Amino acid sequence: MYSRAYKTLVSLPPLLWVGLFLLFPYALMLAHSFWAVRDGVLVHQWNLDNYVTLFSKPVYIGVLLRTMRIAASVTLCSLLLGYPLAYHLSFHAGARKELLYQLVIVPLWVSYLVRGYAWKTILGSEGVLNGFLQYLHLTHEPVAFLLYSPFAVVLMLTHIYTPFVFLPIYAALEHIPRPLVEASQDLGAGSAQTFLRVILPLSIPGLLAGATFAFVLSLGDFLAPLLVGGASGTMIANVVQSLFGAAYDWPLGAAISVGILIITISLLFLSERLEKQWSFK
Amino acid sequence: MSTATNAVETAASASGALLEVRGVAKSFGSRDVLRNISLNIAQGEFLTLLGESGSGKTTLLRLVAGFEEPTTGEIRMSGERLDTLPPYKRRVNTVFQHYALFPHLSVRENVAYGLRVKKTSAMEIGGRVDEALRMVKMQEFAASRPSKLSGGQQQRVALARALVNRPLLLLLDEPLSALDANLRKQMQSELKALQREIGITFLFVTHDQEEAMALSDRIALLRDGALEQVASPREIYAHPATAYTAQFIGQTNLLRGDILDGMARCGALKWPAHGPSGAAIFSLRPEAIRLACDAVAPPGTARFRAELQQQFFTGANELLEVNCGAGQLLRVRISARGPLSGEHEFVFSALDAIRVQE
Repeated sequence: MYSRAYKTLVSLPPLLWVGLFLLFPYALMLAHSFWAVRDGVLVHQWNLDNYVTLFSKPVYIGVLLRTMRIAASVTLCSLLLGYPLAYHLSFHAGARKELLYQLVIVPLWVSYLVRGYAWKTILGSEGVLNGFLQYLHLTHEPVAFLLYSPFAVVLMLTHIYTPFVFLPIYAALEHIPRPLVEASQDLGAGSAQTFLRVILPLSIPGLLAGATFAFVLSLGDFLAPLLVGGASGTMIANVVQSLFGAAYDWPLGAAISVGILIITISLLFLSERLEKQWSFK
Repeated sequence: MSTATNAVETAASASGALLEVRGVAKSFGSRDVLRNISLNIAQGEFLTLLGESGSGKTTLLRLVAGFEEPTTGEIRMSGERLDTLPPYKRRVNTVFQHYALFPHLSVRENVAYGLRVKKTSAMEIGGRVDEALRMVKMQEFAASRPSKLSGGQQQRVALARALVNRPLLLLLDEPLSALDANLRKQMQSELKALQREIGITFLFVTHDQEEAMALSDRIALLRDGALEQVASPREIYAHPATAYTAQFIGQTNLLRGDILDGMARCGALKWPAHGPSGAAIFSLRPEAIRLACDAVAPPGTARFRAELQQQFFTGANELLEVNCGAGQLLRVRISARGPLSGEHEFVFSALDAIRVQE
């Protein structure tokens, strides 16, 4: 048994850290969202105007909806890429498993910014892809929608978050006892039936975890839209950033942040509930 | 050879055995796991693959199930090629070592799995699943998840899940090894009764020789990937072909000696024996040796004096370790009779000293 003093001593640093750098800023943000800016000065006057603005001005709701649409697309795309990849690695890669696993992980070590600029280079009007398309005479002038569009944002975020989706799915698949797969075949199920009736249901917790990663991380992303999104690809985090920066409307920015926080926490909560429901320990 | 074994083998050759394993070998890389296995299993037979871990018994079972392919040789079922079919097309079902029940499905759904993937009608599934659950006495647990069941109960569900498909051959991969001793005995008896009742052919894998003896019509003893001996439990116990078999099945005294002019000699022991002169190994079961004062001595009885070294009381029996001189130790099993000590005279019939191969 550990002494009371020891327990306090050990738990104090993390508690202080979380309190100082997480809970306190959240409280500050929450407070700001009920304050106001008058004549360019922040006044501590409690009101609900920021939330009214948030819901009444179509621009904010519009950007929020677009953000969720982009996040949903990223989630879907990275699931469509990550799941088959994880499945292949876990069940059919054989001796190449370790190598392929490392290949999936390596991009995570490359700076986010570098990857963003790489996409700029690929997608731009003078970029690699357009050059290639013209070289093949498939198009005669640069295809404009490739860069500075929601498409580019989805592409870049999918590229960045697919490993995050891959990892929990791979872990879930690796945890499926192989005799279950053999039992399914033994009972007369071919590969497709075995996948649908045994492997997929047992990998749902990993799938949910991966989907939550991709959605939540995309929802709060502001670098991808900044680098490759253009005006049509602006996301809600960019709005927050500009409200805290050039627009100097911290209260409204805080109100939007609170909104995002509520969405995120609800999603995490929901996903955890579902994951519990789908785990059969 | 016992008449039961004869009958089984005659039936097999007349009607064609249910399962024929012909010259099967299996290698993983450079490691030969099975070497030249040929074995027939008759309809309705309970055949046990017995062997130590690493003897290849589970690999042979997996070849029949279809989870592995033989490197050479072929497997036939009812005369038709089996080893070229994928597992899901074989009329064979398996009870896995750790049951391999689907954790996300209820007991009922687990049992219904095989019928469901074969698109059986809902009504037929209902009836057959009920019947299978009744057979293993698990009706009241139909709605439970496997994780809520005890080991024995999971075992029964695994059995029902396999049998509901009415396989021609049921494979059982050490199905009782995860159960504690009492439950294992009970499940052994239930398994045997069930096999008699439904008449399905069982191919059973175990490393427990007592279990093999108690359950099987025939035992196929595997050693290092090759068949050592295939015979009924009584036959293999009474007439082990090799020293390995004699030691693996039950307890025995291996006597390494030689035969000269119709007499076998091994240390202090001497008894009449047929066969050409030269070195020979004999297996003498502990229970074949008796105290001289307890036994009448017909012709062909060997006698020897030995000093008692250890006595283990096991309930109905006493197991003695005796020294017949020059450090030659023998094990003797006699019925319980209280503590003994000192030197005694022992006898055994020459017929019980079974000559075995190395």
